[in-house]
Amino acid sequence: MNGLKFSAIAIGVGLVVMAFAAWLGLDYFYFAGYTILQYIVLATAWNILGGYCGYVNFGSAAFFAMGAYSSVALHKFDGEIDTWFPDNIAPLLHAIFPLPIPILILFGGIVSGIAGLGMGYLTLRLRGSFFAIATLALAVVLQTLVVNWDFVGGSRGAYIIRPETIVIAGFEINYIIYLFVLMLILAVIALTTARAIERSQLGFGFATIRDDELAAEASGVPTLRLKLIATTLSGAFMGMAGAPFPYYIGYLQPASAFSLDYAVNSIAMPMIGGTTSWIGPLVGSVLLGSLQQIATVTISSAVNLLIVGILLVTFVIIAPNGLVGLTQEHWRKRRRP
Amino acid sequence: MSALLHVDNISKRFGGFVALDGVDLEVQPGERLGLIGPNGSGKSTLVNCICGTLQNESGSVSFDGRVIDGLAAHQRTHRGLARSFQLPRPFHSMSLADNLRIPLLYTVHARKGPLRSAGDLDARCHELLDMVGLLKKAKQLPRDLTQVEMRKLELARAMAAEPKLLIADESMAGLSHSEIDDILELLVRMNERGITVILIEHIMSAVMSFSQRLAVLVSGKKIADGKPEDVVQNPEVVKAYIGQ
Repeated sequence: MNGLKFSAIAIGVGLVVMAFAAWLGLDYFYFAGYTILQYIVLATAWNILGGYCGYVNFGSAAFFAMGAYSSVALHKFDGEIDTWFPDNIAPLLHAIFPLPIPILILFGGIVSGIAGLGMGYLTLRLRGSFFAIATLALAVVLQTLVVNWDFVGGSRGAYIIRPETIVIAGFEINYIIYLFVLMLILAVIALTTARAIERSQLGFGFATIRDDELAAEASGVPTLRLKLIATTLSGAFMGMAGAPFPYYIGYLQPASAFSLDYAVNSIAMPMIGGTTSWIGPLVGSVLLGSLQQIATVTISSAVNLLIVGILLVTFVIIAPNGLVGLTQEHWRKRRRP
Repeated sequence: MSALLHVDNISKRFGGFVALDGVDLEVQPGERLGLIGPNGSGKSTLVNCICGTLQNESGSVSFDGRVIDGLAAHQRTHRGLARSFQLPRPFHSMSLADNLRIPLLYTVHARKGPLRSAGDLDARCHELLDMVGLLKKAKQLPRDLTQVEMRKLELARAMAAEPKLLIADESMAGLSHSEIDDILELLVRMNERGITVILIEHIMSAVMSFSQRLAVLVSGKKIADGKPEDVVQNPEVVKAYIGQ
């Protein structure tokens, strides 16, 4: 199956999800679905570096937050145009601003992608747990910077009043549905990219990095360059997942943008699903994301991390290669009794 | 005839320990060179400095007429330097065929451009596996292999990069007599295809039968270099190996 066919099927599945949501006619479905889709993007992004290359990133929340805060910064910039710019330039800027969400997503992706590249240069000479600790430190440093950056609200946070509806091609649609569709498209793009990487020369190169970097170099694989590609791509997708977040949540503060949930979930979801293929993060985030949404409604949002913790420990013991690994093992045994 | 590999006065220290101390070495195209020395004499450090895994602190390494100092290991592989590791380092999550695909994708492509179709790539992987007698296991993972098969895979992967010079770092350690003969035969066949081979080994019978020339490292210094039968008579070499 080539990439185009795969994207077509993915879009098809997306449309089915949309149709199901429309049939339900429940706004909450879009609200919960957005979160799950956002985790599909985050988990897939994490897996490009963590699963394919074997570099565990504990700083996912930082890349996510960078995407979210770049949207906040651009939103605030819109409000300051008249005070910052002379009268002849201001109308021009007003014609461009406020930027539509797809542009904000692109912008968030670029900001986080550049940050990923920078983090790669600084930390990729470290391996194993040392790399993981460095990424964690990066998240702490960034959070401190944002807390002290008054323009985006500092520790008080920032409000973004999102419109109730948006008019696209003459149709007036609910803003939450609009965000849901955008995230659905982003999830399709992320999964298609991950799958394309997996089957390409790049994917083979990533796998050699995970297996043995010295042997990879000796076989002619430019490991440093490949790792930088992975950190940039991974960071960019995390940023893109974060960019629409302030519009979804309405109020963004450092503690929620840099929340431990993102770091833990984006590691746990691929681990539970399986890290060696694109299906793993998808299965993991749908499963874990849905469970968390159900728990939030029925019990309390406070049990979310407990669920993640218990599932993660269970899977590390019972199925270290995740659900995908477990299924593959099952089929292999059936074929060779 | 100009040398294929020219190591000029290279030194390497690890903290206060001098691993290599002004080593010179020349290897002619098509030659079979044996490199011996007691444990800790700097053989593997020399290989690592030649292949770019470590960078030498002084002196210089030239390969195929060009200075390669400062180049990363993968760039040296692209230029035609290949090595096998002392302890086999296969890509453990990939099938044997995929293990060989890596140098084909990353080195042969880089050198000649992406000429191969997917079918050609598979054919080449299978051809290489056939050469080392592992064709039947093409789809298996490295963990299913025996020690000697692992060494063969290591050599096949080095060969897949189509090198000009192959450095085999103790590819026979721990093997039985018949297995050693297997590997030796493989190395001779590679040499007959025009590949220059440096063999690093402790097993003297293997080194003596394989090498056209023998170099001896002791405590990071080269103490002898010449015809194998002369070198093993050299009093300094005897002293280093047997003691006085």
